[in-house]
Amino acid sequence: MMDQPAIRELVEAVRDFLENRAMPELKGHTAFHARVAANALGIVARELELAGAATAQEKERLKTLLGCDGTVEDMNRELCRRIRSSDLSLDAPGLADHLERTTRDKIAIDQPTYSGFKQAQLRGV
Amino acid sequence: MIPDFLPALSRALGTAIPGLDRLENTMRLSGGASQETWSFDAIANGLSEPLILRRSPGGAPRGQGTGVNSVPLATEATVIEAARKTGVAAPRVRYVLAPDDEVGEGYVMDRLAGETLARRILRDEAFAGARPKLAYQCGEILARIHSVDTTSLASMLQAMDGAAQLKRYRDIYDAYDYPHPMFEFAFKWLEPRLAKSARRTLVHGDFRHGNLLISPNGVEAALDWELVHIGDPLEDIGWICTNSWRFGAAHKVVGGFGDLADLLAGYEAAGGAHIDPEDVRNWIVYGSLKWGIMCMTMYQAFLHSDHSVERAAIGRRSSETEIDLVNLILHGAM
Repeated sequence: MMDQPAIRELVEAVRDFLENRAMPELKGHTAFHARVAANALGIVARELELAGAATAQEKERLKTLLGCDGTVEDMNRELCRRIRSSDLSLDAPGLADHLERTTRDKIAIDQPTYSGFKQAQLRGV
Repeated sequence: MIPDFLPALSRALGTAIPGLDRLENTMRLSGGASQETWSFDAIANGLSEPLILRRSPGGAPRGQGTGVNSVPLATEATVIEAARKTGVAAPRVRYVLAPDDEVGEGYVMDRLAGETLARRILRDEAFAGARPKLAYQCGEILARIHSVDTTSLASMLQAMDGAAQLKRYRDIYDAYDYPHPMFEFAFKWLEPRLAKSARRTLVHGDFRHGNLLISPNGVEAALDWELVHIGDPLEDIGWICTNSWRFGAAHKVVGGFGDLADLLAGYEAAGGAHIDPEDVRNWIVYGSLKWGIMCMTMYQAFLHSDHSVERAAIGRRSSETEIDLVNLILHGAM
């Protein structure tokens, strides 16, 4: 067991430093890169919080969809192979639903303010 | 900054600009992997002419193996002049560099006034009056680009129809060997739809924010013709309508500033064909898929050459295009 602070608290502390201490003293391209760096830490923080449950659910859906088990990467490779080879048709039961749920979970971590995600949220689940 | 090629450039421009005295205010505007852009003024007969030099990096020939479909800079200049003769708003080419000039590969064109930054065009008060007109004007410009006589250009341009475009991005995606089921789904969905594309015209190839010079009066010029090719004209219309170029204003389908109906009205008024919005939607799907794979390319650049946080972060923008593909394909959004 690691000591405190938790990894999430460390990431938040670095992000806070970048945004509120470093950025006001930076200029031009370096200031822009600091903003990008702070945003990247936002992805890290959200991934720490959300990815565990999202990946577990993704894995369960993949097992049902494919009828086999494996690592989440292996199953994603298998899903790609079946879509490409038409072993799985685009209207296969559960496929569209799986892709939408997986994509929503990814964008909620990567860019939760993205306009396309807002559109999806307005539509509901 | 005074570039080492300035004296040679000054000599080369002697015939193109009669009475040329000197070049001033040389400034590097951008340095991409495929070209450098320099801004400078030519002083002739006591007057100052604002000009732009587009040159391959370090003056070397534009690489064909860079993974981009760039045409040589001399071809770019030839196409711009052909397009201008058809009435396309584009900067006048003043001089195409010759090997003897020892400035490298490139050309000099007029520097026009205007803005290319989407953030300013979409939000600054100065552009509020122009914004409602932009979609219609984009339609007019695209109709003219797509009516350029390609007889004399065809031999110097690549022909890339819908099927060839998909194949090209399929190959790039395959090479990265990282699974994106939503991209697989989009490829499969697009194959029969883009295979039907039969129109063949000149295609700008990168008609979007950043390459549109816009002033408070409207669209002044289409810039950056390096991806010009022969293909389906709907590729250009779909690209400016791809959500990645709407910068948050998703309800304004054309570049975040206008409606597709306005663009298509301008297109028809300027002599373009009648176009079914559903056909445009197929090319918006293609645009999202293409940008998604380009984000994967940015990650590859991070992995192999440019270790900046900026490159790394763009890799995580693939999922933006995936949610756009979900909205477009699974829910019929625009």
